Amino acid sequence: METIILFAPLVGAILAGFGWKIIGETAAMWVTTGLLFLSCALSWVVFLSFDGVTQHIEVLRFIESGSLSTSWSIRLDRLTAIMLIVVTTVSAFVHLYSFGYMAHDPAFKDGESYKPRFFAYLSLFTFAMLSLVTADNLVQMFFGWEGVGLASYLLIGFYYRKPSASAAAMKAFVVNRVGDFGFSLGMFALFFLSDSINFNDVFAYAPTLAETKLTFLWGEWTASEVIAILLFIGAMGKSAQLLLHTWLPDAMEGPTPVSALIHAATMVTAGVFLVCRMSPVMEFAPYATGFITILGAITAFFAATVGLVQTDIKRVIAYSTCSQLGYMFVAAGVGVYSAAMFHLLTHAFFKALLFLCAGSVIHAMHHEQDMRNYGGLRKKIPFTFWTMVLGTLAITGVGIPLTHFGFAGFLSKDAIIESAWAGGSTFGFWALVIAAAFTSFYSWRLIFLTFFGTPRGDKHAHDHAHESPMVMLIPLGVLSLGAVFAGMLWYNNFFGHADQLGEFYGIPVAEATMHGDAGHGETAAHGETTAAHGETTAAADTATEGHAAEGGGHMVFAGEPGQGALYIGADNRVLEAAHAAPAWVKVSPFIAMVLGLLVAIWFYLVNPALPKKLAESQRPLYLFLLNKWYFDELYDAVLVKPIVALGRLLWKRGDGKTIDGFLNGIALGVVPFFTRLAGRAQSGYIFTYAFWMVLGIAALVTWMSIGGGAH
Amino acid sequence: MIQADLTVILPEIVLALFALLALVAAVYTGKDKLGPTLVWVTAALMLLLGLWIGTAPAGTQEAFGGMFINDGFARFAKVVILLSAALVLVMSQEYMSRRGILRFEYPVLVALGVVGMLVMVSAGDLMTLYMGLELQSLALYVVAALRRDSVKSTEAGLKYFVLGALSSGLLLYGASLVYGYAGTTLFSGIIQTAQHGEVSIGLLFGLVFLISGLAFKVSAVPFHMWTPDVYEGSPTPVTVFFATAPKMAAMGMLARLLFDAFGNAIPDWSQVIAVLSLLSMFVGSVAAIGQRDIKRLMAYSSITHMGFALMGLASGTVFGVQSMLIYMAIYVTMNIGTFAFILMMEKDGKPVTDINALNMYSKREPGKALAMLVLMFSMAGVPPMLGFFGKFYVLRAAYEGGLAWLAIAGVVASVIAAFYYLRIVYFMYFGKDGEELDTHRSPVLWLLLTASAVVMVAGIVNMFGVDGAAAAAAATLLN
Repeated sequence: METIILFAPLVGAILAGFGWKIIGETAAMWVTTGLLFLSCALSWVVFLSFDGVTQHIEVLRFIESGSLSTSWSIRLDRLTAIMLIVVTTVSAFVHLYSFGYMAHDPAFKDGESYKPRFFAYLSLFTFAMLSLVTADNLVQMFFGWEGVGLASYLLIGFYYRKPSASAAAMKAFVVNRVGDFGFSLGMFALFFLSDSINFNDVFAYAPTLAETKLTFLWGEWTASEVIAILLFIGAMGKSAQLLLHTWLPDAMEGPTPVSALIHAATMVTAGVFLVCRMSPVMEFAPYATGFITILGAITAFFAATVGLVQTDIKRVIAYSTCSQLGYMFVAAGVGVYSAAMFHLLTHAFFKALLFLCAGSVIHAMHHEQDMRNYGGLRKKIPFTFWTMVLGTLAITGVGIPLTHFGFAGFLSKDAIIESAWAGGSTFGFWALVIAAAFTSFYSWRLIFLTFFGTPRGDKHAHDHAHESPMVMLIPLGVLSLGAVFAGMLWYNNFFGHADQLGEFYGIPVAEATMHGDAGHGETAAHGETTAAHGETTAAADTATEGHAAEGGGHMVFAGEPGQGALYIGADNRVLEAAHAAPAWVKVSPFIAMVLGLLVAIWFYLVNPALPKKLAESQRPLYLFLLNKWYFDELYDAVLVKPIVALGRLLWKRGDGKTIDGFLNGIALGVVPFFTRLAGRAQSGYIFTYAFWMVLGIAALVTWMSIGGGAH
Repeated sequence: MIQADLTVILPEIVLALFALLALVAAVYTGKDKLGPTLVWVTAALMLLLGLWIGTAPAGTQEAFGGMFINDGFARFAKVVILLSAALVLVMSQEYMSRRGILRFEYPVLVALGVVGMLVMVSAGDLMTLYMGLELQSLALYVVAALRRDSVKSTEAGLKYFVLGALSSGLLLYGASLVYGYAGTTLFSGIIQTAQHGEVSIGLLFGLVFLISGLAFKVSAVPFHMWTPDVYEGSPTPVTVFFATAPKMAAMGMLARLLFDAFGNAIPDWSQVIAVLSLLSMFVGSVAAIGQRDIKRLMAYSSITHMGFALMGLASGTVFGVQSMLIYMAIYVTMNIGTFAFILMMEKDGKPVTDINALNMYSKREPGKALAMLVLMFSMAGVPPMLGFFGKFYVLRAAYEGGLAWLAIAGVVASVIAAFYYLRIVYFMYFGKDGEELDTHRSPVLWLLLTASAVVMVAGIVNMFGVDGAAAAAAATLLN
């Protein structure tokens, strides 16, 4: 069944990509979509029936070379199961949505066939993403990692006639290459040290890594720190974290369904998935995870500030994505991987929803993307409006404080903010709370600018604005369900107590023997909990029976690295500490959200002239934010220009003048000279020929008697 | 005793007897009218002999006290020689009949030459070696001058004869030196002499002379000068014959001499062979660039190819011999196809050899042009054609034999050589429209051309088993 999930999209991609001329355009679209829905249905079956015990399903023998021996197999554990439903669900509905969205694309001429290509790319992407998440070893994961990069490149540049789209595609590829370099180095280091690329072996080796010292660059570190940082650099590239984030906003050049699928719900979360997957390594790298926390928090804050002033509807959502990814990394950085996965799951639903709603708006407005030209669309496209409001409620985190009742984002985001506080990262905590206020502001700003007020911009476009066809509305409806209920449904599985998590992820838990210090995780119970190692699921079972939910704090994780889907160190008590956080911590994101909402109402409903005035009075700040903190300009000046100059130098001077010149000299000067010489020697007279033979033998005999016979 | 010996050389006896009988029969009956029939019969006989030898049980038999050795190596070489000679005969029949030069002596002489070659590759003694060599050479001298009324052909025959005599002299001189210092002409005896301590300088001199004499036969630089003139002057079917079977025979004999008689002095001869190989590769490639006549061009091309084959030999390893055998087998196949093409080049019924005549050939004959393209690419060593693998094997052998510099030089030479192969392709596909060649329809030639091209492409799957056969053959030589 897992094999079908994995390969159905590939089959679809091949059929649609190479066979659409035979089966026809419409058939190609239906085949890919149908296979994706099959994958999706099976994924839900797998997710719901999964019992938490890691399975390995071998597909084929993969590499046999020296000590490197590995097969292509599917690793099915809780992480995989979560990602399976995320990827296939969003992908299936994006396929369906694309029927409507891509129906008449003005970027292509009449009669030009672009739809099968689009669907084939989408399916190819899904296959690559699935092979990433089902990977059982690093190389397999890297295959998927590069595969999604390729598909992303192809889809960002889908409107290949548009120079900006091609440039954006290239930018995404190049920036990701920087991250991939880190990932590759990390992978090589893991193989070098543990002599295996299979996750099981690597994880089991993790404690040894923590004791191995490595000299890298300027200092000496433990191997796990170095590897964790290198892997995280890979994750930064794929998940658009600060410094390597510049490609994500530009990637919005691609068609909107692509943005929803790749640049919101699935591919960009691959970095978070990687960090969670490598949790056994991360747990032994306190400095590296500290770095992840800080960088995630900065990204969350940075992207939220930029999102405040953008006017392109898709760019706002793109920065929002970037910011939410920062949240997830904070959670992973402080060691609450399950919260990161929780937000990944809920975010996939509400962010895909927001993007598809944006697509619906854009579709209605004849491919107008500037929010300044929207306004008052509430009546024209009511269904889109309501679903988008649901998405906004989810992302801003609306819910009833201090209970577990609210939209998806409320539960997962609050979980992360509490974890950040409990993890001892004061900076992270405040950065995320402020970012939450900003999130609320720009999300509502988007709603108010688009759906409220008076129509602005092209009157013709407004007059013809119309609700999207049913194929586009169904995905919106389905994803809204996820945006509303996903958080409440799985809260306990992702952010419940240790025993609930243990059962969900298949991690053994044990009873903590020291009670008092459950608060901060600083004086953790070392020896006592490690005694419980080895009694795996049996211990977990008895534990779950014995203690109900209120017994929180009594149970601690006691798995070995590699047991279960996640590894959480025995002295990692952040989860408990987060549950025990004071009420003001738990309420603070809600207050931030309300603040953001109120300011948005004031700015865009009550007093619409205010934003303009504020922008003029605070012009430097406004420009700073509008130009995205000048990152692109900085990179252009520091990296792009010198590298282009160097490339030009090597091309013109190095390759053109030196290498080509050298070869041309040989080919046009030296060789013809010898050719003429050889021609002259070939005189046609027997005596010349005989003379050469005699000369040859004389030389050989002389050489032999001097050199050869010497020994 | 003598009966057992005769059984071993039965194939040679059959072919020799056939040649003599055919000669007598033809003289007393239809003379030249029998020519075509005789060609086909001879070819068929060679084919049968090739099959017979090819399917013979493995194992080494010796005859006449070790003077004649029939082992796996000899059988491999013999099969290549017999098959290529048979194909050459088949190719020549139509061409020669049309021009009235198909004398009945032609197949007889070829058959006798082949007998000589078979003896060469089986020689276990310097005397057998010389006997086979001379039988082959005498037949070839005559065949080169087959067209008695053509100045060029007779000139070619004469040149070949005089220089061949010189090389025979060198060879004999070397043989006598070896006999003087080793006290025996048997290979198995010579190798014993070299076993104890170092090789005496006299023996080395003998070796150098022997190598020189044989280098003439494989046309290795600087003993190559006859090649272009003879290739150009001889009737084209004879040129094909020169380019194929005798090369395999001489290469096989050289390998046998070096390993069976001087297997204990590998470092000594290895450097000589390496230098010959280097010179052949470079002189062959560089000189070919100046050629406009496709037959002369093929002469230089064969010099280059011999350089590569010698590279395999120079490594002095089992793998080296294997790579040489593979290289030769591929070389022979490519040459048969290419010459089938050249035989078809004619204008107003007269043969054309100027490569300019190939301008825009692809427009008129796309199929043939494509086949020729494949062959040229294969000759140049472009993957995935078989020619690439031939080169790859010898380069690997040279590298593993510690001759990395030679391997690098080989790569450089093959880049230079690629020029003139690609130029032919360029003319065929992108040249200026010029005079048109006749559309020649000869099913035999067309079939050989196509088959050869197909082999070059399809052979990459498993080389039709030649790989393994060559490995087995090389193994029997070196123990």
